[in-house]
Amino acid sequence: MSDVVERPFGDYAFQQYLGQEKLMGCRCVNCDTLFVPPRSICRLCHKLNMQWQQMKGTGKLVTYTHITIGPPALAAQGYDRDHPYCCGVVELDEKVRVAARIEAGEVLGSIGFGMAVRVVFLHPADRANGRTVLAFRAI
Amino acid sequence: MSKKRKLARGAAVVGAGMSKFDMFADRDSTDLFAEAFGDMAGSVDKGLDTADIDALYIGNFTNDFFVGQSHWGAILADALGIVPRPATRTEGACASSGLAFREAVFAIASGFYDVVLVGGMEDMSKRSTAEVAEGLALAADSYERGVGFTYPGVFGAIANAYFDKYGACRDDLMNITIKSHDNAALNPRAQYNVSIRDIMAKRIEKAKSRGQAVPSWPDEKAFLADPGANPVVASPMHLFDCCPISDGASCLLLVGEEIAKRFTDDPLYVAGIGQGSGRGLQAAEQLTSFEATRHAAQEAYGMAGLVPDDIQFAEVHDCFSIAELIHIEDLGFFKPGQGYKAIAEGRTRLDGSKPINTSGGLKCKGHPVGATGAAQLVEVWHQLRHEAGDRQVNDGNLRVGAAHNLGGTGGTATLTILERR
Repeated sequence: MSDVVERPFGDYAFQQYLGQEKLMGCRCVNCDTLFVPPRSICRLCHKLNMQWQQMKGTGKLVTYTHITIGPPALAAQGYDRDHPYCCGVVELDEKVRVAARIEAGEVLGSIGFGMAVRVVFLHPADRANGRTVLAFRAI
Repeated sequence: MSKKRKLARGAAVVGAGMSKFDMFADRDSTDLFAEAFGDMAGSVDKGLDTADIDALYIGNFTNDFFVGQSHWGAILADALGIVPRPATRTEGACASSGLAFREAVFAIASGFYDVVLVGGMEDMSKRSTAEVAEGLALAADSYERGVGFTYPGVFGAIANAYFDKYGACRDDLMNITIKSHDNAALNPRAQYNVSIRDIMAKRIEKAKSRGQAVPSWPDEKAFLADPGANPVVASPMHLFDCCPISDGASCLLLVGEEIAKRFTDDPLYVAGIGQGSGRGLQAAEQLTSFEATRHAAQEAYGMAGLVPDDIQFAEVHDCFSIAELIHIEDLGFFKPGQGYKAIAEGRTRLDGSKPINTSGGLKCKGHPVGATGAAQLVEVWHQLRHEAGDRQVNDGNLRVGAAHNLGGTGGTATLTILERR
């Protein structure tokens, strides 16, 4: 628990947790508002008094897109016009929205609004240097 | 936010110009800005002595990435020959020169300067399409970018959310694309100054001359629905829903209101300026509206003492077709969920009740990102002064026009209202 308490509420810690297969947010101790990804200053009450909270990792898809022209890093993974990847926004059961890759969404029409999804973690080939990508797939 | 804000001293636009927008293999930002400056200087009715310019504000998003050069304020001040006078670069992603204009207005309004040159530029085409997408995505938050969202992807997701919420479909977005091309066909400085019908005719002609199978599209929408002619980029955004990669520059001359008549008998006055900030896609209040735009609009309308119905025409930031639809609702021209119906009725066309993007917009005029905000105001200048040629809004009493500039996933927005008195 101590390492959880001490990590700063920012992108590095969020990424480290994703690497450990944990989707972590933080909750404002003062006003109880939940944020994913984590942030230091509460958007509502502006206090700096956060504590980490792990998400259940389930939710529903609120929007999505199939991308056929991706950045160079994704093109290098083989994604192209004939092999699009899917990105979307998921509303977690905790009522917080996150941007994520949507897995098994490659086939156009195989996914849809409101679809129930569960978190998956896409680890890079080089675990020591790459970023783990937050993803969801249909339950 | 009920406080009505006003300038301590009024500001007026007395000149406006832009370069041709296109992909230029052999032109850089400095010579494009020189072209825009020359065009602007030629538009100042009573002439401009460059030595009278007190300061320069220049918008540029990320030439640092595109051409490996930053520090553009000083570089352009030197190119203009106004060194050692101050030059300041503003950055707000694709709203960079919207911000430059606003800062220039404040510089005038404070009383510190009397004559300020404001503009923007970007040199994008020297990079590959994938690299340009990567450069533009620098403005997205790290979470969007980290999971693979590109800008077409972000606006694709927004379009799907709009479709789901209001029942619109791709056919509604095609109306926007067709209108943009129709307007741009009348704008010689537009990158794509050609209608969809003329593009179809050219492709048919090309296929015939090459002895290939001749495509037959009954109308523009059939062309846009053909995946061969209009491939998907990020569903439901297809090629013709997306603005191009562009190089270009734009600029305006802004002066204290009380000295405007020294430069022209027909200045345009800054009636309202607004700016807002927003969050990324995942943290946005709504997926079908930009908070930054709504705030910018509230500030600008409040300052001007105007309501959306008073804006007779507008340039809005149509980086993607869906963006135009979102903006005309956020700016209050149409109610949420009603914009696509108004478009289908032709109300945003050149001869409609609320002409939108008479220049052809970002989609067809081109979108050299840092130049766009100022270039939108160049169009407002031409329209309000009845100098817009074949695309002139046919209203003898044109008095109030606006330009809306957006950066990132709605992270920054400006609304500028100009008035002819």
